[in-house]
Amino acid sequence: MKRAGFASRWLPILLLVPQLSIILVFFYWPAAYAVKSSFYLQDPFGFGQTFVGLENYSSLADSAEYLRVTNFTVVFTVLVTFFSLALALLLAVKADKVIRGAKSYRTLLMWVYAVAPPVAGYMGLILFNQRWGPLTELFGMFGWEFNLRADYFDTAFAMVVVSVWKQVPVNFIFFLSGLQSIPKSVREAALIDNRSASGRFWDVTFPLLAPTGFFLLIINITYALFDTFGVIDTLVKGEPANNPMTLVYKVYIDGFRGNDLGGSSAQSVVLMLLVLALTVFQFRMVEKRIHYT
Amino acid sequence: MADISLSTATPVIPRRRFLWSTLVDHAVLITGALIMFFPLLVMLQTASTPDIETMKYGPGLYFGDQLDDNFRKAMFEASGFSGANTGLSMFKNSLILGLGFAIGKIVIGMMAAYAIVYFRLRFATFAFWLIFTTLLLPLEVRILPSYEITQKLGLLNTYTGLIVPLIASATATFFFRQFFRSVPEELVEAARIDGAGPVKFFIDILVPLSQTMIAAMFIIMFVYGWNQYLWPTMITTDEGMYTLVRGIKRIVQVLQGGNEIPEYGRANVLAIIAVLPPVAIVIFFQSWFVKGLTESDK
Amino acid sequence: MAQVTLDSVRKIYPNGVEAVTPASFQIKDGEFVVLVGPSGCGKSTLLRMIAGLEDITEGALSIGDNVVNTLDPADRDIAMVFQNYALYPHMTVRKNIAYGLKNRKTPKDVIAQKVDEAAKMLNLTEYLDRKPAQLSGGQRQRVAMGRAIVRDPALFLFDEPLSNLDAKLRNQMRIEIKALQRRLGVTSIYVTHDQVEAMTMADRIIVLNGGRIEQIGTPSDIYHNPASTFVASFMGAPPMNLVAAEMQDGILSFAGLELPLASSMRGPVTLGLRPEDLIIDSHGPLAMEVELIEELGAHRLLHGQVNGQRLTVHLAKEEQVALGPLHLSCRVQNLCLFHPETGARMDGGFAFNLAQDRMEERV
Repeated sequence: MKRAGFASRWLPILLLVPQLSIILVFFYWPAAYAVKSSFYLQDPFGFGQTFVGLENYSSLADSAEYLRVTNFTVVFTVLVTFFSLALALLLAVKADKVIRGAKSYRTLLMWVYAVAPPVAGYMGLILFNQRWGPLTELFGMFGWEFNLRADYFDTAFAMVVVSVWKQVPVNFIFFLSGLQSIPKSVREAALIDNRSASGRFWDVTFPLLAPTGFFLLIINITYALFDTFGVIDTLVKGEPANNPMTLVYKVYIDGFRGNDLGGSSAQSVVLMLLVLALTVFQFRMVEKRIHYT
Repeated sequence: MADISLSTATPVIPRRRFLWSTLVDHAVLITGALIMFFPLLVMLQTASTPDIETMKYGPGLYFGDQLDDNFRKAMFEASGFSGANTGLSMFKNSLILGLGFAIGKIVIGMMAAYAIVYFRLRFATFAFWLIFTTLLLPLEVRILPSYEITQKLGLLNTYTGLIVPLIASATATFFFRQFFRSVPEELVEAARIDGAGPVKFFIDILVPLSQTMIAAMFIIMFVYGWNQYLWPTMITTDEGMYTLVRGIKRIVQVLQGGNEIPEYGRANVLAIIAVLPPVAIVIFFQSWFVKGLTESDK
Repeated sequence: MAQVTLDSVRKIYPNGVEAVTPASFQIKDGEFVVLVGPSGCGKSTLLRMIAGLEDITEGALSIGDNVVNTLDPADRDIAMVFQNYALYPHMTVRKNIAYGLKNRKTPKDVIAQKVDEAAKMLNLTEYLDRKPAQLSGGQRQRVAMGRAIVRDPALFLFDEPLSNLDAKLRNQMRIEIKALQRRLGVTSIYVTHDQVEAMTMADRIIVLNGGRIEQIGTPSDIYHNPASTFVASFMGAPPMNLVAAEMQDGILSFAGLELPLASSMRGPVTLGLRPEDLIIDSHGPLAMEVELIEELGAHRLLHGQVNGQRLTVHLAKEEQVALGPLHLSCRVQNLCLFHPETGARMDGGFAFNLAQDRMEERV
């Protein structure tokens, strides 16, 4: 709050009403509803529901399929996060270095930010088309019979590639702006102190980028967990069958397709707790960062 | 000038090394740019080629002459059963979703942020936490209950049902709060001495001052709204309500089934149209957009 | 125009910190008063309470004849110039200056006339249609002044208005502001941490320290007759030399200096000596070891030690000195004595027990 805030009583309340009412109806109500539903079993024919306590959760814990999906989600998240951060960092460092055409490169490398995930997935469908997809043909030349949607590994591969392609631009923008905000004097001091360019990068630039990197780490994990929904849904053409899927996709499939509201809600609650833990971790780290710099 | 000729002997070696590394830099960047661009190129090629050719040989090396024909089909002929989901109507819905979402979010967010930052409010901390907890849980994790509630409220297949639940998060509020806090303290003090009340200060000073931030937020939110997929997929079953991005699902299903020749050309035109407006905005208003995006880091 | 009266005005923040202990003083109509002190001394808080930007915890504040404690800043008939100018960045200079008048529903032609007048007075006429970002620091400062003067307020408040300017411009603006205030005759309260600004601009200075008023007086009074060691060391550059001395049997002794005083005090005291009151004198009682000579062109400063205590001497440029030992004497009438622990003034003016004819003497 500002030192000299206005003292009006009704105006701030009036200003807050739209925001508060929307989040109460469309955030807190659904969140509470999810928690409540997770303790009930929905009648398959729509005749009411019965309280089952933690049964939905325990059946999740016992479910081999849920374990499989969880495992895939973890692997998928790690791969997507790592590759989109690493590639973006490489490109940002190069773009920050070149003098000629720096602006054009920025444009050429960031526009994909605006592509919707399902459209990216659709592009993946074309590129990885079983019969004539350019990438399928490319892999064929190396003796890899790429089989989207028929082969578990190949499908997972395509999901990772498309998700990374879609995410690199965001990371690139942040890294580039982080690099550009490193004071010129610091770079010049490093230039005098260290002869090797890679030494300068790892000793000076990289640590200074760490806060940006950490922020992006959280952003990317969230992206891989939630925003890749569109990519996955299009790549499997809405029919996951034996193909890999992420936890969020399973929430949707079980709840919306399988009509298992209780099970799906339990999964939602688990995801909520996961995100909550992630955020608490993030706040902790941010606080640390503030304390030590 | 004279001293330059004197020193020509020494800088030869560093200069050559410099050139090589620059070349590598450019090579890496160009490769990156090409990989980014390649899928779009394939889409364009197939969109301009007769479907039968695409079906037989896949994407080729040359552009065809079917682009205008495919464009006409995509925009004005319906692909669904009801005849309502032409490209044009989907475009209109996407536009409504993008604009409605961006404007709604900005207006509501600015108002709430103003209340939190500039007023002495007894329950300010409580309101703050109530609002900022929403940053923690993306719509995806509470998608089913949100659907149930929207259904209960009778908002399926309406623009309200499409837009309002998406607004139920505090990203814009948080963003504007950060920005308002960075506005110098003295500005509101000077305004108060100049006789401006809370409403006047907001309209005369704070809103004009936030112009760049509003523009940046608008771009980010428009792109976000336009690109929504899961929520529109659930909430719109009426083909007349489809957005372009939601329409992708339909396209995929059409390509999937049927024995006839899949309409690759038309589908790809639709995909390109779904991508073009947000991409154009991001490119044209690049500096605002980048500023807005990276500012949220703080 | 108005006088300002503070009656036991006090500020306690919600966290319990007392920023200003009860302060009482009166500012006469048309007077230019400077509040000076180190950062955190409460001077800004005091000013902001007068402006109405900060609540007054206790006490009464009157502008003119009215108690204004609860009035909105806009209703106190004041104008304020801020440290960072607080210009509205999206408005032209003209609109910036006019904004306060516009909000008071002043007729358009009157606004235009007043803005033009103010602009002329401040040499801003050709910049009226520019935005603040297109102006230099000094010009922005003038716009902030313009915004204050068009309103013809009863009271001007300045919150460190020159601290964002470079040294040269600061000197120039100091003179401009003072001249302008003289011309308009508006009561003014000016906050600064710069003692030179305080000395040169003020009719009266209020020295604050730790939320407490240390001394109120004219610049000359404050300089020559400081009420405490704090004031003595804060006002003046270089500050007054403060050394530990001893009172015994009516004799004040410091190093080789011995001075009979009509006082029954005994024990340690703090002796204050202005650098310009120390004089090179080969027969002087103070033996100083000069360690450093600061050449300032118009004069020189000698830094060294007397009897293990640091001392600074102000020297006219004509006098020749070298590093090493040196003898000093001092002008007696300007000596100050302070309590060694509280730092409060002890001698109460010139209570030295010296015959009138010896007052001019050097010791």
